[in-house]
Amino acid sequence: MRPPVLDLVGKRNWFYLVSILVLVPGLISLLIPPRVKLGIDFSAGSTFTVRFEEPTTREELKDGLATVGHADARVQGTGQNEFLVRTQELRGAASQPPVGPAPPSEREEIEDALRAEFGNMVDAQGRTVDERGQPVGFIEFSSISATVSGKLGLQKSFPFICCGITGNAVSAVVFASLAIFVYLWYSFRTVAQPFRFGAAAVIALLHDAFLVVGVFSILGKMIDTEITKDFVVALLTVIGFSVHDSIVVFDRIRETVSRGEGRTFGEAVNTSLLQTMGRSMNTSLTLVFAILALLLIGGDSIREFLWAMLIGVVTGAYSSVFVASQILVSWDEDDLPRFWRRLLRRADHEEYEAEASPAG
Amino acid sequence: MRRWWSRLLLLAIIGLTAFSGIVVWPSEPDRYLPDQIPWPEGRGIKMKLPTIEGGTFGLTTIERRAMSLGLDLRGGTRLVLAPADARIDDLDAALEGARRVVERRVNEFGVAESEVNRLGNDRLSVQLPGIDPEEAIDKIGRTALLQFCEPVTDAGGNVAVVRNGTVTYEGQTCEPQRDAQGNVVATAGAVEFLPWANDENDPSSNFIVWQPAKADLDGVETELTGRFLRPNTRVDRTVTPDNILGDPILNFEFNPDGADILESVTARLAPRQLPLAFFLDGEPIRGEDDAVIAPRVNQTLSAQGIITGLENDEAQDLSTLLNTGAFPVALVVVQQQDVDATLGDNAVRNTVIAGEVALLVIMLFMVLYYRLPGVMASLALVCYTSFALAIFKLVPVTLTLAGVGAFVLSLGMAVDANILIFERMKEELRVGRNLVVALEDGFNRAWSSIRDSNISSIMTALILYWFGNQFDESSIKGFALVWIIGVLISMFTAIIVTRTFMRFIIGVRPLARRLGLFAADLPDDVRRAGRPAPAVAGGAGGGPAKREER
Repeated sequence: MRPPVLDLVGKRNWFYLVSILVLVPGLISLLIPPRVKLGIDFSAGSTFTVRFEEPTTREELKDGLATVGHADARVQGTGQNEFLVRTQELRGAASQPPVGPAPPSEREEIEDALRAEFGNMVDAQGRTVDERGQPVGFIEFSSISATVSGKLGLQKSFPFICCGITGNAVSAVVFASLAIFVYLWYSFRTVAQPFRFGAAAVIALLHDAFLVVGVFSILGKMIDTEITKDFVVALLTVIGFSVHDSIVVFDRIRETVSRGEGRTFGEAVNTSLLQTMGRSMNTSLTLVFAILALLLIGGDSIREFLWAMLIGVVTGAYSSVFVASQILVSWDEDDLPRFWRRLLRRADHEEYEAEASPAG
Repeated sequence: MRRWWSRLLLLAIIGLTAFSGIVVWPSEPDRYLPDQIPWPEGRGIKMKLPTIEGGTFGLTTIERRAMSLGLDLRGGTRLVLAPADARIDDLDAALEGARRVVERRVNEFGVAESEVNRLGNDRLSVQLPGIDPEEAIDKIGRTALLQFCEPVTDAGGNVAVVRNGTVTYEGQTCEPQRDAQGNVVATAGAVEFLPWANDENDPSSNFIVWQPAKADLDGVETELTGRFLRPNTRVDRTVTPDNILGDPILNFEFNPDGADILESVTARLAPRQLPLAFFLDGEPIRGEDDAVIAPRVNQTLSAQGIITGLENDEAQDLSTLLNTGAFPVALVVVQQQDVDATLGDNAVRNTVIAGEVALLVIMLFMVLYYRLPGVMASLALVCYTSFALAIFKLVPVTLTLAGVGAFVLSLGMAVDANILIFERMKEELRVGRNLVVALEDGFNRAWSSIRDSNISSIMTALILYWFGNQFDESSIKGFALVWIIGVLISMFTAIIVTRTFMRFIIGVRPLARRLGLFAADLPDDVRRAGRPAPAVAGGAGGGPAKREER
């Protein structure tokens, strides 16, 4: 038997500490409202058509809207220099511009800013000035309902999720986790305590999901990164990858254990981890390469999506080796009860000291 | 025998890849590939697939010019719908109901990934990916009023016919225009009354003048329409004793009121076996031969009935229309326009190029790290990509950004399966196994983890699909579908395709002699020997030797 070169299992408490240090800021951020910044898919907003006299591209218009605080606006070309725009709800917006003196609404501010940058806007008849002598602004201005509508009353039980797709995604993930748990329990039935494998894989899955959501919660507070419909999909991808990765590592543990290698379960896990390290690294590296390629070339619009995938793939690979497998060992060696005992003993001790000191 | 089988498989794989390549080849290759090379232009695919209709063999043509892409990648059509009459009592509820009907309808027709929003207080905005406006209006705009119609007859029981002209029907019904005396007027030609003898001399159903089939319901003369139908209309196909799929049969079921009316109507028609026709939005439903479908009633019917003679697609569409129901308010299209992709005009191009680069990077990595097996895995990856894209194009699966995400994930899993196999193979080679044994062992021993991880992936994807379906979230549904297809194909390519390639390579002696081509860091003695070194194996691992004993 080769002695383990690297004792990964022995350092498991350090790995837990790393995970906790990485997870806690995100979890704290999730507790502080607004928990995540939701994109325009999830809320009602405003929509309008805008047509310019001068040649204007979609990218220019998007940049222009970003400078007036609507970086998340969705812009679709609909013809020559004509665009269909969907934004967050504009403040004080009426479907008709107010007649007479009134404080400029956000709509007018944006109209003025865009006119200053791209020149006159024209209406359906090609005029730049309407019958009241006002410069032409947005055409067909209207409010619009959320693209993703709430259909499930999950908000009450899970306050950090919004509605519709997120709620459904969360319940889908809960169901999928249960199914994965049961399947792994069955699949690892030849090993002692098979349900631990299912549980550890699900814990790793939650670890990864909360890490990604947490990071986006922090980014939302710091640089206004928004949760879009695509982010939800990226999260599902991350979960799929996380479980896939955990299972591959577990499979090797199953093999090592059933071959009777290693004096203890921990040693067997350590051997398995070292043996699968190359594969774990290579698989995540190939995915990281693929995502980086998309990130560098794929354009701005899907950047959030790709960042979520990238973070997820890295943490997914990390968690299968440094969380899921270590939890198996901790469970086997009764780490948690021991930890509690130690904690309680220390508390007792402090209590004892606290009682003792005033007397002394 | 086995060798033959391998060769045959290799040929089949090459053939299938070439076919998939032709299917997915873009019509404007310069957009996606380096334009220094004059790439041939793809022409899409036009295939004749054998079908069996009514016991005879036929051919249906499938034509696919472009990938089916979502609103975010390619854009589509935008329609603004408004109620024809805005003075109804509860406009808000009616519009919300209409929004749900539109949403159901666009998704049931298979045009997934569409968006339906309330626009202001009194309008709906619908965005549909990749179809032209007429098609979109046709899909959404139909009010789905199904009417059951009987022939107009005179006092003598003769059937009204217009042979060289037309009769105009009122609105979207089968009520013909009549003059003050109640006689049917033809816009051209003349209305004749011909006897109905229930034989081959009867006038063709195409010429018959129809009127709504009515009967007394609780003292009120009531027309028999689709509103009495239960929403469980479905299409069945009979199977002949020779196991051949027969004609589609549209089954419908009435609620008790509808059953009463149908009973009275059929009781009236059955003695003379007069026909019954079906009008949808004022147009008679026609069969494959373009003749008006008008089955003769030969018995009294009540709750249930069938319509036969439809083409399969038509039967499915009609069934959907009847099940999704009519609009609570009549809608008119007030605006229609083409819209570009929500991710920008260049979204497709950027995504495709990024995908190509990603694929090349992965291939480069595999070749550098795993050498000759890496080359084989890269070839298998090419097979994988072309198979998957060909299936997406042929089904068709509407690809959105979410789908691309799922595709990248399945790409990763396809590579992962190969990495697992090769790592195992390297381990076997390192302890001095011979190449053939190492290869087979690598595949066999990696199988359990490939199986478990892929089964759990498919399970997760099925649950996601079910949820997406349950709550009309087409992006989750699309994601799950692409993931399932991807995982299934990746299992095929990563295992069968790679193994076939590897077996072929191992059969080429000059390559098989150089073990260094298969693994980089082999112990010197193993590499030099190029054959099993049992003594080394026992010393280094211990494991493999033990396994052999078992």
